[in-house]
Amino acid sequence: MTEQKKQKLSIMLSIIGVAVLAAALFGVYATTSNTAMLRTVLQLGAIYALVAVSMNLLNGFTGLFSLGQAGFMALGAYVFAIFTIPAAQRPGVYYLYGVADWLANIELPIVLALVVAGLVCALMAGLIGAPVLRLKSDYFAIATLGFAEIVRIVVGSSPLNRITNGSLGLKLIPKFPNFFFPFIVVAVCIFIVWLLINSSYGRAFKAIREDEIAAEAMGINLAKHKQMSFIISSFFAGVGGALMAMYMGAITSTTFNVTLTYNILLIVVIGGMGSLTGSIISSFLVIAAREWWLRFLDQPLIIAGIQIPLFKTGFRMVVFSVILMVVVLFFRKGIMGTREFNWNFLLKRLEKKEAGSTGGEGNE
Amino acid sequence: MSEKKTILNVKDVTMQFGGVVAVNNLTLKVREGEIVSLIGPNGAGKTTAFNVITGVYAPTNGEVRFHDKTIISNYPKGKMEKLYAGENKGVYKKSIEPTPDKITKMGIARTFQNIRLFKELTVLENVLIAKHMRMKANIFADTFRLNWKEEQKMKEDSLELLKILDLYEVKDEIASSLPYGKQRHLEIARALATEPSLLLLDEPAAGLNPQETDELTAFIRDIRDKFKLTIFMIEHHMNLVMDISDWIYVIDFGKQIANGTPAEIQNDQRVIDAYLGVADDE
Repeated sequence: MTEQKKQKLSIMLSIIGVAVLAAALFGVYATTSNTAMLRTVLQLGAIYALVAVSMNLLNGFTGLFSLGQAGFMALGAYVFAIFTIPAAQRPGVYYLYGVADWLANIELPIVLALVVAGLVCALMAGLIGAPVLRLKSDYFAIATLGFAEIVRIVVGSSPLNRITNGSLGLKLIPKFPNFFFPFIVVAVCIFIVWLLINSSYGRAFKAIREDEIAAEAMGINLAKHKQMSFIISSFFAGVGGALMAMYMGAITSTTFNVTLTYNILLIVVIGGMGSLTGSIISSFLVIAAREWWLRFLDQPLIIAGIQIPLFKTGFRMVVFSVILMVVVLFFRKGIMGTREFNWNFLLKRLEKKEAGSTGGEGNE
Repeated sequence: MSEKKTILNVKDVTMQFGGVVAVNNLTLKVREGEIVSLIGPNGAGKTTAFNVITGVYAPTNGEVRFHDKTIISNYPKGKMEKLYAGENKGVYKKSIEPTPDKITKMGIARTFQNIRLFKELTVLENVLIAKHMRMKANIFADTFRLNWKEEQKMKEDSLELLKILDLYEVKDEIASSLPYGKQRHLEIARALATEPSLLLLDEPAAGLNPQETDELTAFIRDIRDKFKLTIFMIEHHMNLVMDISDWIYVIDFGKQIANGTPAEIQNDQRVIDAYLGVADDE
């Protein structure tokens, strides 16, 4: 089989794969009710997948260990909420402090507001990037963590009461217009990141991850490329945050605390630093395990009239943590490592078959 | 033979770290098309000199000219103004401190003493990355493949280069899985992909066995001719240095102690005292 034929086949297989997934999604839509756990897990999983991919772009592909994801998500979520809460209902939302005059009548369509949320985050990343990106490894992580906390505290602070509604948070944020909306947005965003990763700029990012000194000696402008990666990652984190706001319908500044960043980091590490498909797979697995499959551990369990100890609220998270430790112990580099999901396993089998049917030209 | 053009001109370069003078008033010239070696005992400041030329360190004093253009220049300032222990203070008044990527863009490529490949990436990707800086498209055009022709050409050029350098068969291998000798070749291939006019090799034969060293000698000559390069290298293998060099500079304790043709250097008493006298294979 030639290289080109292989490439064509794997593109075809990918299209079929996406079509099958879309069909499965439609199947879920057709067979489950609005409140089904499966729907919740899929939607939340998709949102986490986008945020994990955006974090992976920075941490896994460019080698910049950032812990600022929750900050950018908060920014994106608030920007989105501020511009999309129906103007008629704003007095109700801002019942205590009132809404700022310039804001009172601005209402953007959802898709436009998503883009604006991303752009505001990108702009913020551009502003803080220049000083913060001069720091290396741990120091960069701490600086971005600090940034995330600053954002969280600022949006919840009283001087912004008339814009962000201070500590009361925002509600009546428009929900997803339909079941498929988050999946489409996430798919488009991840596809763009995938294109980027496989472009020349993506290779430059990977070069920086592998060896900064060598990358610079090969003519890659470190400051510029790190900045680009940081901005793009923040853009998608902002979009992810906006989707999160839509999913929840109401947000406060505590929604985006540090724990959220660690959850995303966990997904990225389990999926594999430097693997997009790893991040996607692991975000669905982690969300499903945490929110759904392990739920029964929180219920009291009675076998033969005896109540089994330990089975009570909170036990779920203990088991979840143990599972995580086991996974990290056995998959040092995460589920996928730095590899991506591909069709080679199928193609190889096809190749063997082909070689067999043409009468054994090779020695096999 | 007519006088060849000087392509690299290092003038009075001093590199001082705190109170330690690593390179002291180094002046040397590299002429177009030549292979020039820089030798000296361990810790003499050879790699530091390389790092100054490639922009890793800004020199404390002195300047570097490349193709008759001053690319690096500096004078003792700030804390160094008082501490400076070198010569020629006050001669240089400008401060030009480009980062390594800018130097590479001007056409000076380098390899490293301890191989620094992009280990987890394939051989082809390693070479493609070196071509990235010549790319004209911006990140948006590149992401959405509006420049697919440029990408295609990059790939074709890289494959062509790998063919010339005998690395085509391993193009899809992960760089760190190659044998050591091949990794050295790949590092040179990657440097060549930046389309340099001057190639700096930092101990290219380190860790190679005698047979591989002989191959490397031929290889260096070969690429010099094929790519019309000037080569400036640091090396410890005396056989290789004497065999290949048109001109040799010897430094010890950061100071130049001799320069000349291989024959002259071999008979220079100062060099023998400082270096060759204590080398065990001579």
